[in-house]
Amino acid sequence: MSSANTNASPLIEGFEVVIGFETHTQLTTQSKIFSRASTAFGAEANTQACAVDLALPGTLPVMNKTAVERAIEFGLAVGGEISERSIFARKNYFYPDLPKGYQISQFEIPVVVGGEVSFFLGDTQKTVRLVRAHLEEDAGKSLHEDFVNQSGIDLNRAGTPLLEIVTEPDMRSSAEAVAYAKELHKIVTWIGICDGNMQEGSFRCDANVSVRRPGEALGTRREIKNLNSFKFMQQAIDYEVRWQIEQILDGHKIIQATVLFNPETGETRSMRTKEDAAEYRYFPDPDLPPLEVSRAWVQEVKSRMGELPRDKAARFVSTLGLPQYDASALTQNQAMANYFEQAVSLGAQAKLVSNWMMGELSRRLNAAHLDFDSCPLSAPTLAALIVRIMDSTLSNHSAKTLLETLWDDEASQGLEASAAQTQVDKVIERLGLKQMNDTSALEGIIEQVIAANPDNVAQIKAGKDKAFNALVGQVMKASKGKANPKDVNDLLQAKLATL
Amino acid sequence: MSLTLQEISRIGELAKLQMTANEQQSMLTQLNSFFDLVEQIKSVDTQGVVPLSHPYATVADVALRLRPDVVSEKNQREANQQSAPEVQKGLFLVPKVIES
Amino acid sequence: MNAIHDLSLKALCNALQTQQLSAREVALHYLDRARQHTSSQAHLASGMATTDLNKADQGSCGAFLSLNEAHTLAQADLSDQRLQTGQARALEGVPIAHKDIFVTQDFPTTAGSKILAGYRSPFDATVVRRLSDAGMVSLGKLNCDEFAMGSANENSAYGVVHNPWDMTRIAGGSSGGSAAAVAMGLTPAATGTDTGGSIRQPASFCGITGIKPTYGRASRYGMIAYASSLDQAGPMARTAEDCATLLSAMCGPDIERDSTSLDLPSEDFSAYLNNDLQGLRIGVPKEFFAKGLSDDVRQATQSALDALVRLGCQLVDIELPKTELSIPVYYILAPAEASSNLSRFDGVKFGYRTKDYKDLDEMYQKTRSEGFGPEVQRRIMVGAYVLSHGYYDAYYVQAQKIRRMISDDFQRAFSHCDVIAGPVAPTVAWKLGEKSNDPLSNYLADIFTLPASLAGLPGMSVPCGFGEGQMPVGLQLIGNYLKESQLLNVAHRYQGVSDWHLQRPGSPA
Repeated sequence: MSSANTNASPLIEGFEVVIGFETHTQLTTQSKIFSRASTAFGAEANTQACAVDLALPGTLPVMNKTAVERAIEFGLAVGGEISERSIFARKNYFYPDLPKGYQISQFEIPVVVGGEVSFFLGDTQKTVRLVRAHLEEDAGKSLHEDFVNQSGIDLNRAGTPLLEIVTEPDMRSSAEAVAYAKELHKIVTWIGICDGNMQEGSFRCDANVSVRRPGEALGTRREIKNLNSFKFMQQAIDYEVRWQIEQILDGHKIIQATVLFNPETGETRSMRTKEDAAEYRYFPDPDLPPLEVSRAWVQEVKSRMGELPRDKAARFVSTLGLPQYDASALTQNQAMANYFEQAVSLGAQAKLVSNWMMGELSRRLNAAHLDFDSCPLSAPTLAALIVRIMDSTLSNHSAKTLLETLWDDEASQGLEASAAQTQVDKVIERLGLKQMNDTSALEGIIEQVIAANPDNVAQIKAGKDKAFNALVGQVMKASKGKANPKDVNDLLQAKLATL
Repeated sequence: MSLTLQEISRIGELAKLQMTANEQQSMLTQLNSFFDLVEQIKSVDTQGVVPLSHPYATVADVALRLRPDVVSEKNQREANQQSAPEVQKGLFLVPKVIES
Repeated sequence: MNAIHDLSLKALCNALQTQQLSAREVALHYLDRARQHTSSQAHLASGMATTDLNKADQGSCGAFLSLNEAHTLAQADLSDQRLQTGQARALEGVPIAHKDIFVTQDFPTTAGSKILAGYRSPFDATVVRRLSDAGMVSLGKLNCDEFAMGSANENSAYGVVHNPWDMTRIAGGSSGGSAAAVAMGLTPAATGTDTGGSIRQPASFCGITGIKPTYGRASRYGMIAYASSLDQAGPMARTAEDCATLLSAMCGPDIERDSTSLDLPSEDFSAYLNNDLQGLRIGVPKEFFAKGLSDDVRQATQSALDALVRLGCQLVDIELPKTELSIPVYYILAPAEASSNLSRFDGVKFGYRTKDYKDLDEMYQKTRSEGFGPEVQRRIMVGAYVLSHGYYDAYYVQAQKIRRMISDDFQRAFSHCDVIAGPVAPTVAWKLGEKSNDPLSNYLADIFTLPASLAGLPGMSVPCGFGEGQMPVGLQLIGNYLKESQLLNVAHRYQGVSDWHLQRPGSPA
């Protein structure tokens, strides 16, 4: 009954919200889980549904090794236990998109047991415990548009490998649920077991939602199926919670049901269920002997998996001193994390790299629909630019000018470390961006400007800050922007103090 | 052990078999005598016995074989659909499925 | 020379290889005979309005469901080419007929059911492909109990199969068509499947030889599933020697397509046919000779055992205490698996669909109720029931546990003997219609074949005499896992000192 959360989430009209998730992730394999047909998205109807997928008489399933490997990778990523022996079971029910009249899934003994997913909700760390993750096959699709009173069944998707990830009912708000879903999405795409394409149905969430007054037993839950966007996820859960609370306050009981969210109306509606009161008659599939996963295999998978996003972010915080927010943002995907680490490894200060990546670079990349792994400016180039800020060669202002030039300059694209610094210095030279660090020359300019602006000087003496800033501006202008603003400030103040 | 007509009806629904009232009654009688025959298994002491799924597991470990992730089934839609009751534009047609 | 259909498979094979006979003339000869013995409703099986198969009149035992003469002769011609150019394969030009449980590209496949009337598979069963790769010529598809569920071949949607020895009697089931066809000389050999005795029992009732190998020896890919953990394919022919040749061609690992197929090298099961039987220990289970075994069968079986002793074997008393329990255990597990395996027959992707329906649910219900026969519906109901919540542990799991105990009993027995022998069935073939209204009495008659099925052990039926009404009696031999060669050896040596297997229906015994 207790959750793993450290902070209490807000009550809604005195009710506690309890949410659990079941997420179906399509695994990145070439062929289906039990047949050798392709899993590629978008093929013409039933051209990727072979005899096994169509359940033609006499066909039998043969297990895809890579699908199992994906499950192992996931189990390791979430700290779950990989079962040495797990069993495939038949889940029996009738539906046109289910060719065999049963789905091959796992029931009593799944391939992954336990595990957890941690993430930040604002400043608070949350942890959602996983019950299990198991392998199963996806069903086909029904299409209604072109047919009157009929549906057209496309079985291309039937047999695509799925990993179903089930959480404990640990979440206490819709925001937390969405944060969980986003973190899970990050994990599965980071480790590469799922392409995360929600529009194509690669990552589908079902939310089990119930409410209760604090201290009471768990309320009856309703399941919101097929939440395929984070935006709708939050909306749907919020609506469902309000609806359930209203029902209870009106004196009605909540009846267990499966509901669908309608994005147009913003409402959840109970749907006719596929199954008869969930009587699936699970039994071990006699066509598939038990799946055995040796400890050696698990070790082999573990050794070739890179550092996981959560661990990497924690390392950025502890060893590089980055704020948690930056660390999370930079570990959104491998491309960003790699870019960041490379830049830092070449001497650029972590926080500066983070600022430039999340600011200027992200803005330009988003506009160009590019990712960090195809950024025109390589990480060494950014590092070179930042190094020149760090050693006061560039002011922030001139650094921005430099970036603009480099971005469009062909000769400055995709440079390796050795060439990057040289190229950056070359352009700095060419554009004359070097910050003036020679204070004697600057003093000369300041004296000139003071001499030329007696009224300002008088106003400054009278306490008007605006006049001071105007003088700073004049000095900057006279130095053609190359003066170090800090020096200008210090020297000008010093000079004025002597007057 | 006795089944009831209600159970016959429920199982029939699960198995998608339609029966008239007479047929249900008939099925009930037949199944009841069948279950009289199988009742005797309940009195067998199976404490500590592991169920046998693959017969060969009696003498050796039988594990699931794993195949490499290779696509080798080509598009054979026409051949696969040659015995389909109703097909249009490559899709199997069925009475409208109520919810999506 | 004898008539072509009197030749053993081995003799026929030799005649073809030495070009004394051509594949075409052999094919024509058998097609002619097969045509006379098709089921009266074979046209329904093909999904066609009428065919010249309808020429079958009285005198037809109803063995065949479909023929495709053009295809058979084309195959035969290709075989002749190979025979003439020195490219002949092991069984080149020898005809084979397939139980209609095996899917074939060139013939419709019905599984004896209306729900698959006219069904054309886009692929061949692995077993079918292996035999055609060995050069065999496909003659046609053979009648069987619907979805292999039955012990009398009275459950086919396309008519009963009559026993060639007495047309008023059953041929046995579920491979009744296969047994009758071989017995009548309509084909030199046939494939069958055995889930609870469906090769051994019809072989026994029709006086022919048949073998069910160890579970997992022959690929189940393309064999329409009844009970997945029990189904096995096997040959049915006149002699043990013929069966050995066929079994070698049929068996082998199917790593690509069947996850339950055993990964063991292919074997030549003929290798030890002529081994000396001196000192071989034959286990005789007392439970197989209890009351309930009819006297005629007891006598014939006993004589066979005596003959084996004369060949040097030693008889050893053994116990298989859970023999009777095998009936309820089998009739829980098989229907359970079947209820799930048959869910794919829903009128959506292939097969029969009912004509009038107002919605999806009605489409499902009417399709299945109209498409499945009563026995199949009964077993689906039983299966769905024993898998349902609240009953699963008490029935299904309990049955799987007892199954292990039965299997362990056999292992214990095999520590005292090499081969187990006994009757195949408690009686000879009974009259058509005698038990058709009493499904349970059919189940009870399976008592001797079920145990080996549950344990997945290889089992054979060998003709060993005649009983009541001059009906054939079969001797059952059960071996330990992978010991098919040993069983065939015993059977072959026995057939060397007996001539039951050489008898033909219609000729004096």
